[in-house]
Amino acid sequence: MSLLEIEELRAGYGDTEILHGVNIKVEAGELSVIIGPNGAGKSTLIKAIFGIVATHGGRVRFAGGDITGAPPEKLVSMGLAYVPQERNVFPTLTVAENLEMGAFSVREPLVPMLEAQYALFPELERRRRQLVGELSGGQRQMVALARALMTGPKLLLLDEPTAGLSPKVMAEVFGHIRAINGTGIGVLMVEQNARLALEIADRGHVLAAGRNRYSGTGADLLANRQMAEAFLGG
Amino acid sequence: MNALVGYGEYAVSLLTIGGIYAVMALGLNLQWGYGGLFNAGVSGFFAVGAYASAILTAPVTPGHFVGFGLPIIVGIVSAMLLSAVVGWFVGRICLRLQSDYLAMATIGIAEILRLVIDNEIWLTNGSRGIVAIPRPFEDLPGIWRDFAYLGLVAAVVAALYIALELLARSPWGRVMRAIRDNEAAAAAFGKDVASFRLQAFVLGSMAMGLSGALTAHAFKFIGPDATLPLITTFLVWVMLIAGGSANNRGAILGPILIWTLWSATELLTGTLPPEWQIRGSYLRVFLIGLLLQVVLQRFPRGLLPERPPRPPQAERVDAKEG
Amino acid sequence: MGLINLYLIPGIVLGSIYALGAVGLSLIYGVLRFGHFAHGDVMTFGAYATLSAVTLFGLSPLAALPIAMLATALLAILIDRLFYRPFRDHPTIIVVIASFGVALMLRSLVEIFWGADDRTYETGIRRPVAFFDTFMIAPRHIAIIVAAVVLVTVLHFFLTRTRLGKAMRAVSDQPSLARVCGIDLDTVSLWTWVFGAGLAAAAGLFLAIDTQLNPNMGWNLLLPLFAAAILGGIGKPYGAIAGGLVIGLAEELSSFPLFSDRPLVPPDYKTGVAFAIMVAMLLWRPQGLFRGRSFE
Repeated sequence: MSLLEIEELRAGYGDTEILHGVNIKVEAGELSVIIGPNGAGKSTLIKAIFGIVATHGGRVRFAGGDITGAPPEKLVSMGLAYVPQERNVFPTLTVAENLEMGAFSVREPLVPMLEAQYALFPELERRRRQLVGELSGGQRQMVALARALMTGPKLLLLDEPTAGLSPKVMAEVFGHIRAINGTGIGVLMVEQNARLALEIADRGHVLAAGRNRYSGTGADLLANRQMAEAFLGG
Repeated sequence: MNALVGYGEYAVSLLTIGGIYAVMALGLNLQWGYGGLFNAGVSGFFAVGAYASAILTAPVTPGHFVGFGLPIIVGIVSAMLLSAVVGWFVGRICLRLQSDYLAMATIGIAEILRLVIDNEIWLTNGSRGIVAIPRPFEDLPGIWRDFAYLGLVAAVVAALYIALELLARSPWGRVMRAIRDNEAAAAAFGKDVASFRLQAFVLGSMAMGLSGALTAHAFKFIGPDATLPLITTFLVWVMLIAGGSANNRGAILGPILIWTLWSATELLTGTLPPEWQIRGSYLRVFLIGLLLQVVLQRFPRGLLPERPPRPPQAERVDAKEG
Repeated sequence: MGLINLYLIPGIVLGSIYALGAVGLSLIYGVLRFGHFAHGDVMTFGAYATLSAVTLFGLSPLAALPIAMLATALLAILIDRLFYRPFRDHPTIIVVIASFGVALMLRSLVEIFWGADDRTYETGIRRPVAFFDTFMIAPRHIAIIVAAVVLVTVLHFFLTRTRLGKAMRAVSDQPSLARVCGIDLDTVSLWTWVFGAGLAAAAGLFLAIDTQLNPNMGWNLLLPLFAAAILGGIGKPYGAIAGGLVIGLAEELSSFPLFSDRPLVPPDYKTGVAFAIMVAMLLWRPQGLFRGRSFE
């Protein structure tokens, strides 16, 4: 059985349905990416999995349990973590406080979790007393990732982690994501930079008009000429 | 027979004051109901109108600045013009503020005006207030005087109602509601949001000034107590919300009902033993506050809700469930 | 020396009172996202609750303060449950209107239970203490300033050293992310009311010690409190404290005869100073004076 199984998921805002039946499987420890044109419902899918957007039908199973429409607090305790695209840090809190807030819902000792994140992001340890509002875009993204990791998740959901970053910083963030995945944590992310994302991904899912069209390994999707023309801009 | 006359007089005065509140509520309805502008300083505009008309029409007294002895109609028209000017000025400065801040700014202006009224004795006669303000129809006999004044108030309410209904149904009214419900969309359609809001604010302030003038002439007296936020701002808000905001009939029904209720509870507390009478009057205020809470929670759209349906709020509900 | 004794000290005292009131206003705005227009009347209630504790238990006003803070906090939690929380998913303006109603209800409750006349905690004239012959400060002013510093320190430790305090700042900073983190808004808002109302009770007591008890005392302070909160950047507790001190000093110093033997602003218009500062801030720097440095 896969870690995350999405079956015929329908979801949207109010009466407007955006996802019309999505089927995706994510294996434990896998780095997978959701790509597709604007308006395909990529972010909506991530939010629907995390219970922020209302689901209208279908099922989401995580680690063997049905989590369809479950509230974020419950999902976090089950081992799911989520980094929103925007507003994903607390700017008037320090780096250390941001991480501490990430672990708010788990009652485990804080220090080992903090140390694990500082080991992954040494730069954050140096800046742990600094206000996050004073950090650069790339550093903030590190804080956002580290904050989500504080609950010790099995699967990390990322909504466009490189949006608005320069190519150099973008590459850094992809590096961090690979490093996180290297520790055995599964990653499911939505990305606009399809090529770069597919290059590091184990598996890719193409979403268009609210349905998933193709699924395959990153390399397969990159090699698929038809795919490339349709979704990767040639 | 005397009792009957007494009840008749009571009813006439009840309707007169209720009608004056309706003028105020219609003005507030234009600002809040149609424009979504939170004016928490109604008492300020009321005071501008009341004092303007009072100062202009009070008899000339040697040695006093107060009192120009001008005709009542001049006083009333000037009251409307002056409150429109103050409304324009306040609106120009404050309307770009969002709801809470606009409330704060308008309260502030009303409180400053209250300070001015209390302290600028040369102009307002301070806490003693302005007396001997002329009242129209004084030559009529007995109760007919009061009837005639009620007729005047009723005519003003009717005229204002018709004008506001025409305005609400005109393209102008549709734009106002569009701005209230979705400012960004209205702006995207090329509507000058700021200018429309300012127009609504100025017209509303004018009605509030008019209600002030009508009050001053009705009582032949105006003092700082009449401008306390409780008596004007707060009560008129309760009236409009209970009646139904964005519905001009509600803005007339609400004031008359609430004022009747307010006065009836005064009759009740009047029957209490003297040592309880003062507490009773505070209890009335408490109950009006409670009434507002009940209306907000149970009948948020008021007795007469807005007629054209608002856009569905399904998104909000879904977000909550999700 | 007249400047210090007659203007600066009263300015700091008034500023401390404003700071304690404004910090609650700012916390409530940050966490619950609405301007709490009944905050002044919560202060009034705190002052009168102290009066009752003083007469019931024979305590001094300062010793009775913890009881009054607790009572005021409980009242605020009750008000939130009954009148504010039902509107959590409604447009903010509805809660603002509800809080107007609560302001009125609180004031009339005070009038019903304690009467409308001016009251004081104790009688008798208290002499100011003189330092260095010319520097004079009344004992009650020392008590107010010291107590305000103690309370602000306690708040500071709560906000920076406790899990709940940090969560309060987090909610205030980024509500949606706080939810993703699993921070429970109900718990955080409860503590927001405990601190907001508790500090308001203290502010009410200090105002009553400095002047006297009156049912309108809190309502009359609403304007300077908002001015202080806005000056400090609403939602930022440390800004509100600084804003309170600035507004208090500005109001008292505005009566200082700087250029002639007449006060700069007639004393009757002191409140106008707060208002002028507030409007100027709203128009030119609505984010407050201390941008991005809300906490250090």
